Amino acid sequence: MTAPTQSAPRPETSAPNGSRPPETKPLSAARRPEDTHASDVVRVLREDGTLDPATDPKLTSAEVLSLFRLMVRVRMLDDRLVAIQRQGRIGFHIGSLGEEAAILGSAFAMRENDWIFPCYREFGAALLRGMPLQRYVDNMFGNANDPVKGRQMPDHYTWKKGHFGSISSPIGTQITQAAGFAWGAKIKKEDLVALSYFGDGATSSNDFHNGLNFAGVFKAPVVFFCRNNGWAISVPTERQTASATFAEKGIAYGIPGVRCDGNDLFAVVKATRDAVARAARGEGPTLIEALTYRLSGHSTSDDPKAYRPDSTLEPWRSMDPLSRLRRHVEAHHGWTDEQERALEAEIDAEIKSAVAVAEKTEGPSLESMFEDVFATLPWHLEEQRDELRNGPRAKGHGH
Amino acid sequence: MPQMNMVQAINDALRLEMRRDGRVVVLGEDVGKVGGVFRVTQGLYDEFGDDRVIDTPLSEGGIIGTAIGMALYGLVPVPEIQFSDFIFPAYDQIVSELAKYRYRSGGEYPAKLVIRTPVGGGIRGGHYHSQSPEAQFIHVAGLKVVCPASPADAKGLLLASIRDPDPVLFFEPKRIYRAAKGEVPEGDYVVPLGKANVVKPGQHVTVIAWGAMLYEALEAASQAGKQGVDCEVLDLRTLWPIDIDAIVASVKKTGRVVVVHEAPKSCGLGGEIVSLINEKAFLHLEAPPKRVTGFDTPFPYTLENEYLPLAHRILPAILETARY
Repeated sequence: MTAPTQSAPRPETSAPNGSRPPETKPLSAARRPEDTHASDVVRVLREDGTLDPATDPKLTSAEVLSLFRLMVRVRMLDDRLVAIQRQGRIGFHIGSLGEEAAILGSAFAMRENDWIFPCYREFGAALLRGMPLQRYVDNMFGNANDPVKGRQMPDHYTWKKGHFGSISSPIGTQITQAAGFAWGAKIKKEDLVALSYFGDGATSSNDFHNGLNFAGVFKAPVVFFCRNNGWAISVPTERQTASATFAEKGIAYGIPGVRCDGNDLFAVVKATRDAVARAARGEGPTLIEALTYRLSGHSTSDDPKAYRPDSTLEPWRSMDPLSRLRRHVEAHHGWTDEQERALEAEIDAEIKSAVAVAEKTEGPSLESMFEDVFATLPWHLEEQRDELRNGPRAKGHGH
Repeated sequence: MPQMNMVQAINDALRLEMRRDGRVVVLGEDVGKVGGVFRVTQGLYDEFGDDRVIDTPLSEGGIIGTAIGMALYGLVPVPEIQFSDFIFPAYDQIVSELAKYRYRSGGEYPAKLVIRTPVGGGIRGGHYHSQSPEAQFIHVAGLKVVCPASPADAKGLLLASIRDPDPVLFFEPKRIYRAAKGEVPEGDYVVPLGKANVVKPGQHVTVIAWGAMLYEALEAASQAGKQGVDCEVLDLRTLWPIDIDAIVASVKKTGRVVVVHEAPKSCGLGGEIVSLINEKAFLHLEAPPKRVTGFDTPFPYTLENEYLPLAHRILPAILETARY
């Protein structure tokens, strides 16, 4: 094996300055708001709400409005789920406040036959893929209708019908699995691409290395989508890496790295579409770093005030993906305040109804605890099921 | 019936299933062109090509992680971990992911694959080419664990493992890869999972073993026989889910038990077997169940034949149990 003499080819969404690697920047550059204006970052949506024609992915008005509506829905859901968690009605929520454009733009850019390997913050992508709201809210309550039968924490659902994978809590494991899934499709010569979501923290995991390395070697049709939201719970990006960017980590694996403004829906669509097209053409994986910011705590279990002064949020609040898209739809798609109020009322009613139904639905059966460990129940689980069924809690298990 | 050693029998099973089922792929370190460091996959690369017999980068976590992805896609991967001592970089993918996939997805995403890996001591391999980590996988809900002791069982159990809907860890006792020889049925041949085998019937003491230690148990049983103690030797074959009926039936007959395994004693599978016997056959016991196992030390190099529960250590345990 000879060492590569030049960096990996840059994709079309990359810097105008050809194959030169980005200039080395201070350690924290990868999460600085001003960094989203760096020259090698894909951007489309301007401050005034207009789109850069050079990079515009040219969505139809119906598509833009549909994504805007979904973004409002995701934002309102986050808000409501945090509220009912604070009221003690659900145990946990992990949301996407501030990261909606990164999530919805990338999911939208996937083709129908493509697959998503989620982290745990992408319920917007599952909704975009057609997951019924009730299914999601049932998972939040872990009730009998929960797709995962109350076996996992809230926000650990699944939606196979929409080609949306199963969520686990260990960090990065889905990266390698997405690579294997895409590789399997390549072996079977099926035209599909897998996209794996993960955060900046996951780039430190062994699975980031494994996933990118295997996918690079076997040219698996996979898109590695890093939501660089600045934080892994309380640990900032400069404690995850000494690299100037996360995107450049792809170079060592022979994988092009692309940075996009993660709070710009159109930039995310553009970067992801190009990566999907590359993969579908048989040119292998792409690592996308979406520059965004976690405006909330890590989850409802986290208090960010302990490690992050509120003032650090200010520059990012002005770059809120929803406000930016709102300016655009108002200026270019005739969106009105009146329409917005009607939309909010509609979503509010929808959420209230889903929560009411989920809350009334009883918990999963005692027996369900033992199902699906194996395809069929072995003797020892039969014994343990019967022990529970005939035990002191057999008459009911309150919540 | 052809005579085969264990390497040939496993190779035969893989070839047969790869011909029968286009979803089956083999991947791992050195499994392709060279046919594996123990030559178990020899010739498969030439027959099936590098889309189905894949030399991977050197990362167990990468091998199992991508194999899980392939399984989710619909392939039936049979990854090889070169030595079970090296399985731990993949432990997270096996324990947190593979074992839980069906359960955590409410049944939507079963992840079916068979991990083949050489296990156990006796090849002068020191700490890192000798260990027996089966208990560390049995303790995880959702995994089936198999360990054949004969060439015929190796073939039949591997075919059953590949066709089983659940993930299986298939431990291959490397000490007897070539030493164990026997008749192996030609063509399709399945040995059902979850069924132990009474290798030698007897009246006085039940000796439970698996893998390479089965032969040590048989040797000890033969020597005990010369002293008038008639042992029943049980080969577990499937370690989990364990064949409790076979164990209880034998213990009810003999009332005396010796469990043999290479892994360290504390929290080994032997401890679980003894607990199960206490729960299910306590009143039939005539003597305290005994364990003859590896010691609670890292696996030693020079002293490996002192560490292993060979016949010279099993025999006194049998006699002591018989005379209790």
